[in-house]
Amino acid sequence: MELPPKVKNILLLDSEGKRVAVKYYSDDWPTNTAKEAFEKAVFTKTQKTSARTEVEVTELENNIIVYKFAQDLHFFVTGGQEENELILASVLQGLFDAVTLLLRGNVDKREALDNLDLIFLCFDEIIDGGIVLETDATVIAGKVGIGSTDPNAPLSEQTISQALATAREHFTRSLLK
Amino acid sequence: MAQPLVKKDDDHDDELEYSPFMGIEKGAVLQEARVFNDAQVDPRRCSQVITKLLYLLNQGESFTKVEATEVFFSVTKLFQSKDTGLRRMVYLIIKELSPSSDEVIIVTSSLMKDMNSKIDMYRANAIRVLCRIIDGTLLTQIERYLKQAIVDKNPVVSSAALVSGLHLLRTNPEIVKRWSNEVQEGIQSRSALVQFHALALLHQIRQNDRLAVSKLVGGLTRGSVRSPLAQCLLIRYTSQVIRDMANHGQSGERPFYEFLESCLRHKAEMVILEAARAITELDGVTSRELTPAITVLQLFLSSPRPVLRFAAVRTLNKVAMTHPMAVTNCNIDMESLISDQNRSIATLAITTLLKTGNESSVERLMKQITNFMSDIADEFKIVVVEAIRSLCVKFPLKYRSLMTFLSNILREEGGFEYKRAIVDSIVTIIRDIPDAKESGLLHLCEFIEDCEFTYLSTQILHFLGIEGPNTSDPSKYIRYIYNRVHLENATVRAAAVSTLAKFGFMVESLKPRITILLKRCIYDSDDEVRDRATLFLSVLGGDGTVDTDQETKDFLFGSLEVPLVNLETSLKNYEPSEEAFDVNSVSREVKSQPLAEKKAQGKKPTGLGAPPAAPASGFDGYEKLLSSIPEFAAFGKVFKSSPPVELTEPETEYAVNVVKHIYDSHVVLQYNCTNTVPEQLLERVNVIVDASEAEEFNEVTSKALNSLPYDKPGQAFVVFKKPAGVPAVGKFSNTLTFVVKEVDPSTGEADADDDGVEDEYQLEDLEVVAGDYMVKVGVSNFRNAWESMDEEDERVDEYGLGQRDSLGEAVNAVTDLLGMQICEGTETIPTNARSHTCLLSGVYIGNVKVLVRAQFGMDSSKDIAMKLTVRAEDVSVADAIHEIVACG
Repeated sequence: MELPPKVKNILLLDSEGKRVAVKYYSDDWPTNTAKEAFEKAVFTKTQKTSARTEVEVTELENNIIVYKFAQDLHFFVTGGQEENELILASVLQGLFDAVTLLLRGNVDKREALDNLDLIFLCFDEIIDGGIVLETDATVIAGKVGIGSTDPNAPLSEQTISQALATAREHFTRSLLK
Repeated sequence: MAQPLVKKDDDHDDELEYSPFMGIEKGAVLQEARVFNDAQVDPRRCSQVITKLLYLLNQGESFTKVEATEVFFSVTKLFQSKDTGLRRMVYLIIKELSPSSDEVIIVTSSLMKDMNSKIDMYRANAIRVLCRIIDGTLLTQIERYLKQAIVDKNPVVSSAALVSGLHLLRTNPEIVKRWSNEVQEGIQSRSALVQFHALALLHQIRQNDRLAVSKLVGGLTRGSVRSPLAQCLLIRYTSQVIRDMANHGQSGERPFYEFLESCLRHKAEMVILEAARAITELDGVTSRELTPAITVLQLFLSSPRPVLRFAAVRTLNKVAMTHPMAVTNCNIDMESLISDQNRSIATLAITTLLKTGNESSVERLMKQITNFMSDIADEFKIVVVEAIRSLCVKFPLKYRSLMTFLSNILREEGGFEYKRAIVDSIVTIIRDIPDAKESGLLHLCEFIEDCEFTYLSTQILHFLGIEGPNTSDPSKYIRYIYNRVHLENATVRAAAVSTLAKFGFMVESLKPRITILLKRCIYDSDDEVRDRATLFLSVLGGDGTVDTDQETKDFLFGSLEVPLVNLETSLKNYEPSEEAFDVNSVSREVKSQPLAEKKAQGKKPTGLGAPPAAPASGFDGYEKLLSSIPEFAAFGKVFKSSPPVELTEPETEYAVNVVKHIYDSHVVLQYNCTNTVPEQLLERVNVIVDASEAEEFNEVTSKALNSLPYDKPGQAFVVFKKPAGVPAVGKFSNTLTFVVKEVDPSTGEADADDDGVEDEYQLEDLEVVAGDYMVKVGVSNFRNAWESMDEEDERVDEYGLGQRDSLGEAVNAVTDLLGMQICEGTETIPTNARSHTCLLSGVYIGNVKVLVRAQFGMDSSKDIAMKLTVRAEDVSVADAIHEIVACG
């Protein structure tokens, strides 16, 4: 317990428990099969619960899992049994809010897949190797959404809408092609 | 991989399953990745391809070495693009591809350029990527920039460097330790996250220096930490300091308690929780110290946020194990949680209530739980069942309502684990509460009438065979047992036959009738069942002289003397030959389980429980090793192998530990040596042992180790002769002698012309103690074993153990000294207990079974007294045990 709080994984699954995006920071699940088994167990266990307004929490295989659902997306953050669940919850909330900002409020599977690069970047900005990097949603979204309009602009002066505009344009183009 | 393979053209027809990655295929994406090599980089298209690659990796697809290398090389070309979005994706994919060290060189210069870029985002990310893929030599080159980055005015850059430092500390501690000053500055940062990361890193750097940690904590608790996360860390470190201080005998007022208590009033809930938890986990926490923590947790219980309720009830549940009284104030809030939407919270609330409930509330509680049981999953039910079992042990008078509850749920639907938990609980209750026996056995009988689990049926039949014959009316169980012979599969039938035989043997009046039943079984279709029936018929048909009675009893009821795991290993090692396999050659030592496994099994029921899983290494490893050395074969069978004793400090050049193998008239010392210097090869490694302080031992021979390369452990042996069957003790001083040769670390080859230099290395002393002659052998039922030993031969004495910190310490000291197996879970001592009884069992050299009952008591000044009662098959051994304790 002398170590800083550690996140073991972040899972973003769809309404059937399939992977949208996941990131593991712990060796507890060494193979893809083990990972999938864990995802399935987590999904089945939480499937019937409602976690649409508040962050919910459960225990599984000596892990604490906090989760929140939105439309057909299920967000999970896992930590060890000794972990402070409120820290995990703040990570989850940060992730959830940042994704909401980045997807302009349309938090569903299709939008997430269309903007998968933003989701990956979002994971990358929240946790680094299991250590909490940032939990403030606006900061995370801001860092992820850095646009190509002015590469020399300092971080703080970039607005999210700017960033989102770039991202939107970026993907509309790729889809219409 | 979760996506169905559909042709791309069909994409838009199926709106429901639409995905931009529909029909994506690795080969095609790898082809697409060739755009990275185009002279004119198209940032959008490249980002898109990288996203696809990341998607594939994320779905569990793996790239071959060649594919990964190819992608990596073409990705590096994208550094020429100035597009920031693309650069972010490049960073991401490099981290995912985790290139090998020779490939890393290609990107180092690009990343180093970004590290010094004017764009903050580039700096922060380049640091994180570089630190992820870099090795020690490159790290020294960029160290300067990292130190700068730590104190960068942009918090994102600073955090990136600090977090990278945390990761690098594991691989390159000596380098990261040089950054202390910069990190120290980070703690003063105005940014909350930088402060958090800096504190984490600074603590990690100093973690082995108790004084420094204590100073760090002392300084910060006076209040300069703003970030809630950093405050949580500080609380963790503070409790560590408190623990250390207690361990080092600093008594008096608990330091820093006030700080923890003040954190309970922090505005961030995560800090409040962290502090409350820290307080509840303090060693020997008093109820006065607990009260404020319990109060804030109680407030959390009625929070609208599930996470808060969960956190609170989970913490209170733990507190209830040690301080049930402190939690009773929360009982009303807790009862309303039984119907909580979140089942994890409800289950925790129930089990907490079961722990804190008093005798009068049991019935009401059981009623509430009955309503709740039907709509929760098996795993939650198991937790509840286990809580009920401990409740029953606590309030034996209430066994009736609890037993009714258990038998009701036993009849309902449920999986194997759940049923087993119930059966285990009933068995425990029957064992602990004699009054509950008859009704409990009948519940079990009813259960096996309709039980789909062979394992449970056989276990219950076995248990019936032991407990059934001693009841007031044994005949009523016969019907249930004999029904099994008609209705079940062969395994259960065989178990039923054995059980019948036990009834027949123990209850004289039933014998003729059982004989008839058994005779019917000899026409069974399964040969095991027929064999057993025939065997038991002949046993029961014996003329009943006292002598054979004893033998029959042993045969029917005696347990196998050797642990099954050991028997299995020995059987596997046994090679078919003229010589028959001898059960007596199997080691009787119970192996201690690896720690991880122990943890997992710690909560397992003590009832019927399956035998513990076999540990991977340990004794069987030694057995193979020793039997491979012909010189040792003549010594006979190893009586005991001790756990390894370290003879060097950790992190020295040569790591040596020793294993003591005790034979009847020899002792073999096995020195396990490891060379931790990559530049050296050791040859002719030998251990010179001075046995002048071990009079009864004479050195017979030694086996040197010819060559000891870097990081490949090897063994040297020294053999002593000692008087046969005598537990001789003594002290040995050891010196490691060897010839050192220089080695080129890159090739691992020694210079052929190098003759080497002779050198020696002083090791720590080794003692052979009386405990080495004791093998840990558990008994399944201590009370039975105890009563079967002659009371006449009991030896009792009392000892003063002086002042100790806790009872646990005294118990450990005595059990370590005796080297005996602790039975029936008596190694766990409730915190704050004033007295404790420990049950020990073992086999002393000469194959003498020994049982010990050690009663400990502590007075207010922490003086501990012990009453030691020893029963042994040989009185002289019982005396010897007392001698060991008296001398220790």
